[in-house]
Amino acid sequence: MSESTAAAAARPPGRSAADPPPGGAAPPASERRQALGRALRNPLVGPLAALLVAVVLFTLMTDTFATAGNASLILQQSIVIGTLALGQTLIILTAGIDLANGAIAVLGTIVMAKFVFEGGNPLTALLLGLTITVVLGAISGLLVTRLGLPPFIVTLGMLTVVYAIARLYSESRSYSVSEPLLRFWGQGTTLGGVRITWGTLLLLVVFTVFWFALARTSWGRHVYAVGNAPEAARLVGIKVNRTILSVYVAAGALYGLAAWQALGRIPNADPNAYQTANLDSITAVVIGGTSLFGGRGSVVGTLIGALIVGVLRSGLTQAGIDNLYQDLATGVLVIVAVSLDQASRRRAAR
Amino acid sequence: MRSNGMNSGGRGRRWSTGVVAAVAAVGLLGACGSDDDAPAETDGGEATSEGDVTVGLITKTETNPFFVTMRTVATDYAQEQGVGLTALAGEFDGDNEGQVQAMENLISQGVDGIMITPNNSSGVLGAIEQARSQGIVVIALDTATDPEDAVDATFATDNFEAGRLQGAYVRAVLGDEEPRLIMLDGTAGGTVDTFRHDGFLEGFGLEEGDPAILGMENTQGDQNTAQTAMENLLQRSPDVNAVYTINEPAARGAYAAIEARGLTDQVTIGSIDGGCEGVQDVADGKYAATVMQFPAEMVRQGIDAIVEAAGGGEAPSGFVDTGSVVITDNPIEGIESEDTAWGLENCWG
Repeated sequence: MSESTAAAAARPPGRSAADPPPGGAAPPASERRQALGRALRNPLVGPLAALLVAVVLFTLMTDTFATAGNASLILQQSIVIGTLALGQTLIILTAGIDLANGAIAVLGTIVMAKFVFEGGNPLTALLLGLTITVVLGAISGLLVTRLGLPPFIVTLGMLTVVYAIARLYSESRSYSVSEPLLRFWGQGTTLGGVRITWGTLLLLVVFTVFWFALARTSWGRHVYAVGNAPEAARLVGIKVNRTILSVYVAAGALYGLAAWQALGRIPNADPNAYQTANLDSITAVVIGGTSLFGGRGSVVGTLIGALIVGVLRSGLTQAGIDNLYQDLATGVLVIVAVSLDQASRRRAAR
Repeated sequence: MRSNGMNSGGRGRRWSTGVVAAVAAVGLLGACGSDDDAPAETDGGEATSEGDVTVGLITKTETNPFFVTMRTVATDYAQEQGVGLTALAGEFDGDNEGQVQAMENLISQGVDGIMITPNNSSGVLGAIEQARSQGIVVIALDTATDPEDAVDATFATDNFEAGRLQGAYVRAVLGDEEPRLIMLDGTAGGTVDTFRHDGFLEGFGLEEGDPAILGMENTQGDQNTAQTAMENLLQRSPDVNAVYTINEPAARGAYAAIEARGLTDQVTIGSIDGGCEGVQDVADGKYAATVMQFPAEMVRQGIDAIVEAAGGGEAPSGFVDTGSVVITDNPIEGIESEDTAWGLENCWG
C-alpha cells in the first residue's frame, strides 16, 4: 500500500464504503447501481450473510434453536472470546497480532481470585487484576514500538512468560470465587422468561464504545491510518508509536475486562483455562472480515465473527452433529474470509 | 486439562501451543542447546551413593495436580525407603519428544527402574525398548502403553471398572425412573476416555446408540467447554435425568449449566477422579458421586516393585489395578462406597 496517499490513509476505509451516496433523494439508476455495488463490497456483507445462513439452517434443522433463551445463551457463551477478540481487533487493525491475550486474561482471573482467597478486599483484587492486564498490554506495546520487534514474536514471548507466571503464582491450582463483585457479570435479570446477564449487556456496551471510538474519533482514524500505511501516517503528523502503544494498552484493559467477565461466567480461576483463546479470538476477528494486514475491518465484524462461532457450536450440538464438524466449519470460514480479503485487496490495488 | 485420564488423548486442546511451539522452534533453530530445553529436572538431583537403588519418574506434565501428587508422593516415599529418585516431566500434555529425551537421560544416568506416565501410548516405545534392553525395569503408571506388554508392568486405575462404578451408581439413584442420559466425554478416541465411556454404559445398563442416550459431546475435560456443551445439550434435551462426565472439571461445568436452568433436582451427575476439589463438590451436593483413583498408590507400588527387582527379586509384570472407590454421601445398597469425609482424607491434589 506504499502508493497510497497520505489523505487516503487517514480515512477509515470501512466507513467510506458504508457511507450513503451524496445528493439526497432519487439518485439516477446508474448511481443506484453503483451504490448497490458499494454496499455489496462492504466487508460486513460476507460475515452477516454467513451468520444469517447459519441461523436459518439451524432453525430449519432443529425445534430448539430459534428461541430467545438460546440466543441469550449463545451471547453468554461468546462474551469472553468476544471481549478478547475486540482487543485483538484493535491490534490487528495496526497490522499487529496478539498471541498472549488469553494468557493475560487467565492471569487476571487468578490475581483477582487468589487475592480474595487470601483474605484481600474484593475491590482491591479487581483493581489489581485490571492493572496487571493493562501493564502487560503496555509491555507488549512498548516492546513493539520502542524496540521495533515484530508483534508476533513479542506476543509469542509474552504468551509463554505470562502462562508460566500464571502457573507459578497460582501454584498450579485453581481458585473458586464466591465474591458477588467478582461474579457480577454472571448475574442478571429475567425478561419475559429469558435470562439476560449483565455481562451480555456489558459486551454490547463495550463493542458500541469501541465502534464509536474507531469510526467517529480522531484516535480511531489514526489507528486505521497507522495500520494502512505507517509511513504516510507519520508524514501527515500522526504519532505512530504513540497510537500503537495506546492500542496495546486499550487491549490490555479489555483483557482485564474479559477476565472479570470470565469469573462471572465460571466462578473459578484456573491456570489451565482458555488455552486456545488466543487463536479463537483471531478466528473471530478474521471471520468478521478484518484484514490481518492491518488498516481494514471493524469491531462490528468481530462481534459477528464471534457470534458465528457461537451459533455453529450451539446449532451443531442441538442438531446432534459431532462437534469436530464445528472445528471443520470454522476452519473453512477462516480460509474463505482471508481469501475474500485478499481478493478485495487486489481489487483495491488495481 | 486436569484429569490424568484425559491426558492420554488430550492433545486437541494443546494444538495451539503445539503450533506456537513449532513456530518458535523453527525460529530458534540452531540457537538453542539441545539437552536442557525440553524435560525439566526437578527433585532428587542429589547424587546417590553406589549400590543404592535409583528410580526415575517421568510424568506427563509438571502442572496437573494429579501428577504433582505423584511427584510429591514419590519424593517422600523414595526418601523413606532410601531410594534415589530423579523426577522429570514432559513440557505439556502430549509432549512425546520431551518424554523420550527424559527416558534417554535416565538411561544414560543408569537408573535401576523407570516409572512413566506416557503422553503418547506408542510414541515412547523405542526409548522403552532401549531401556529394557539395558536391564532397566520400566513401569507404566496411570496410562498403559500400546501394546501393553511393551513395559514390564502397568500400575493404573482400571478405567473400565471406574466407569462401570459411576454408571452403576447413577443408575441406582434413578431407581425405576426411565433413564435419559447425556454423556460429557473427554477427547474422541482417547484410550482412557473410551474405557470410562464404555464402562459407564455397561454399569448403567445401556448399549451404545440406545435412544435413551440423548446426547454426547467432547469436552476436553475442560470446565468451560463442558459448561458450554451442557448448555447447548440442555437446550435440546431439558428432560435429561442422568449425566456421565469424564472428570471433575467437566462435572463442574455440567453442574453450572444445570443449576442455571434450575434442573438440579431432576438430574443426577456422576464423575471420576477423586481430586480434593471434586470430593468437596460431592460434599457440597453438586454432583451425586465421584469415583476416586489413587495416584499415590501407583507410585508407591511402582517403587516397591523396582526395589524388589533391583535386589534380585522377580521383575513386576502385567496390569496391576490400583483400585477405584465410589465417593458419595448418599450410599446405595449393593454399591460399595465411602463418604466424603473419607474422601477428603484420601483425595489427591
